[in-house]
Amino acid sequence: MLEIKTAKTRKGKRELEKRAPKLVESGKKTLILHGTKTSGVLNAVLAQIYHLKKDSAVKYSRKNENVKPFEAGGETSLEFFSLKTDCSVFVYGSHSKKRPDNLVIGRTYDHHIFDLVEVGVENFKPMESFSYNKKLAPKEGSKPFIVFIGEGFEAVEELKHLKEVLLDLLRGEVVENLNLAGVDRAYVCAALSPNRVFFTHCALRLKKSGTVVPRMELEEVGPSMDFVVRRHRPPNESLRKEAMKTSREKPKKKEKNVKRDELQGKIGSIYIPDQKVGETPLPYKAKGVKRERQEAKRKNESDGSASKRKKEDS
Amino acid sequence: MEAEKQHQFDVDLGNLMAFDSYHTFPSQPPLSREDLTRQCLLKGTHLVQAIADALFTLPSIEDVDGPLVTLPPPTTKLPREKHLPKPKPPTKWEAFAKKKGIQKRKKDKIVYDEQSGTWKRRHGYDRANDEDAIPIIEAKPTDDPEEDPFAKRKENKKNRIEKQEKNRLQNLKEAAKFGALPSHIQLAATALPITGTQAAPKKVTKDELGNVAGIAATATASGGKFDKKLAGEKPQKHEGKYRKFLPVVEGTGIGSLEREQTEKILNKIISKNSHNILNVEKAVTMHNVKKEKKRRSEKGKALASATDKKLKTQKKSFKKGDSKKGKAKGK
Repeated sequence: MLEIKTAKTRKGKRELEKRAPKLVESGKKTLILHGTKTSGVLNAVLAQIYHLKKDSAVKYSRKNENVKPFEAGGETSLEFFSLKTDCSVFVYGSHSKKRPDNLVIGRTYDHHIFDLVEVGVENFKPMESFSYNKKLAPKEGSKPFIVFIGEGFEAVEELKHLKEVLLDLLRGEVVENLNLAGVDRAYVCAALSPNRVFFTHCALRLKKSGTVVPRMELEEVGPSMDFVVRRHRPPNESLRKEAMKTSREKPKKKEKNVKRDELQGKIGSIYIPDQKVGETPLPYKAKGVKRERQEAKRKNESDGSASKRKKEDS
Repeated sequence: MEAEKQHQFDVDLGNLMAFDSYHTFPSQPPLSREDLTRQCLLKGTHLVQAIADALFTLPSIEDVDGPLVTLPPPTTKLPREKHLPKPKPPTKWEAFAKKKGIQKRKKDKIVYDEQSGTWKRRHGYDRANDEDAIPIIEAKPTDDPEEDPFAKRKENKKNRIEKQEKNRLQNLKEAAKFGALPSHIQLAATALPITGTQAAPKKVTKDELGNVAGIAATATASGGKFDKKLAGEKPQKHEGKYRKFLPVVEGTGIGSLEREQTEKILNKIISKNSHNILNVEKAVTMHNVKKEKKRRSEKGKALASATDKKLKTQKKSFKKGDSKKGKAKGK
């Protein structure tokens, strides 16, 4: 009694194929959610995280009562949203008396919760509060430098986990080629204490240094905040092992316009656009005709319909 | 100094990341917010310079927009977001061909058409050897005269298409078993397989599911009292029957309720008894039974008296005359 259901349009089929598992993954989209109750600070934090990751982020602006990442049974709604928007990193902000200005950053694997980190936001400074030369503002979608400072990121388990999650959230698209003229932003994360991380976003200023490598200067453009680690749930060990698998084979690229002939071997086709021969001006200019042309021009000027002919000539 | 510092940094060019794990922020004396920020930014500048040192020394290709650099693969491993695509299991024909050693062979695009005598494409519009394009079909001596050959060919084509669809569905089921279904195809059940009805199954609401689960939870020996709760399971809403009791203290109007309740009970009992009394058939049968009993008792007495009297008459006959015999016969 099973029935085969397929996409009804080619565009729909292409969209569904984009969501299929791939051999080499290029980047993760981020889903930004609001909890049942949020504060003004947290709203600003979520809005500016969305600004930083604009082209690869989805923002839901309504409050979600069913989303409770750390509670049993509270992840069903979250997994549904992940499946619907095809996002695998989510940022969830909520505010309560017990956990003020709470931010949960988590990842999914096959649209099921992979791990969770809960941090509190303190000492928040929004983008608008920084004064700098606006020409230095980073472009949208550029690949950032990410910097981690402090021994806490290696010694403390929670900070190690937070470091990995932040790297996954901030690095953007995985690229093979990078344009050196486009590097213009950096994230700085510093472990100030075993449970506090300073986070800021800076613009890069490339100064002349006399060598191939320019001298780097950081200009703080915001947002800037402290992350205070609260709760965290590391991934299941077997699930992590499965998620870390990669394949050695590369996706084969389709070879176009190449044929194989038994006698001549491999034959390629090269596309040549049509050449417009009629419009090409001829290089032949006979000097003897010049005098006659000048006389004809004078004759036309003396006539009454000189204006039309001039237009035709031009 | 810079060389030593750079030696301690971990630089991952694939992710454009740098990590300094030897730096410690002093907790004494406590720095002000501005000093702490400035120190972080100064340290960040050093690490960004380290990334830039490694990045700008890579070989680059000149482009219109700027120099392009090929990044090495990242050294920091991060988990994938979806599982690796699973290989599709071979279809039935592919498995059979492999077993038999049948090699796949390309067919020509152009095929000779017997009908029109020209070369045509194998598939598509105006194809070669098209059944729909045959105007005349010759009849054979063995053909059934009532059968329409055109309709028969159409029926055969329909059957072929149905068989092809069935085979395709079977192959997709096999692929779904291994979790390797194509992403744009979904197998969905539109009817219940047991009853075969075409009506869509009714969606069960959350409350109904909760009630059914609550009833099922009381099916154990302890009635669900000592059972383990599943993750996220809520306590069932109502566990037993509804029982209501009237209040003990009588208020305005409540006495009438109690009186009504009592009257209901009494009426039930009385109606049962009265119904029993008024059963006419039973009464008639009882009466008949009594009558029969009376008759039997009278007959018994008569017989007993008859035997006694006979014995007496025999004794008396030897002594007295015939008058007594006549009396016995009369009785």
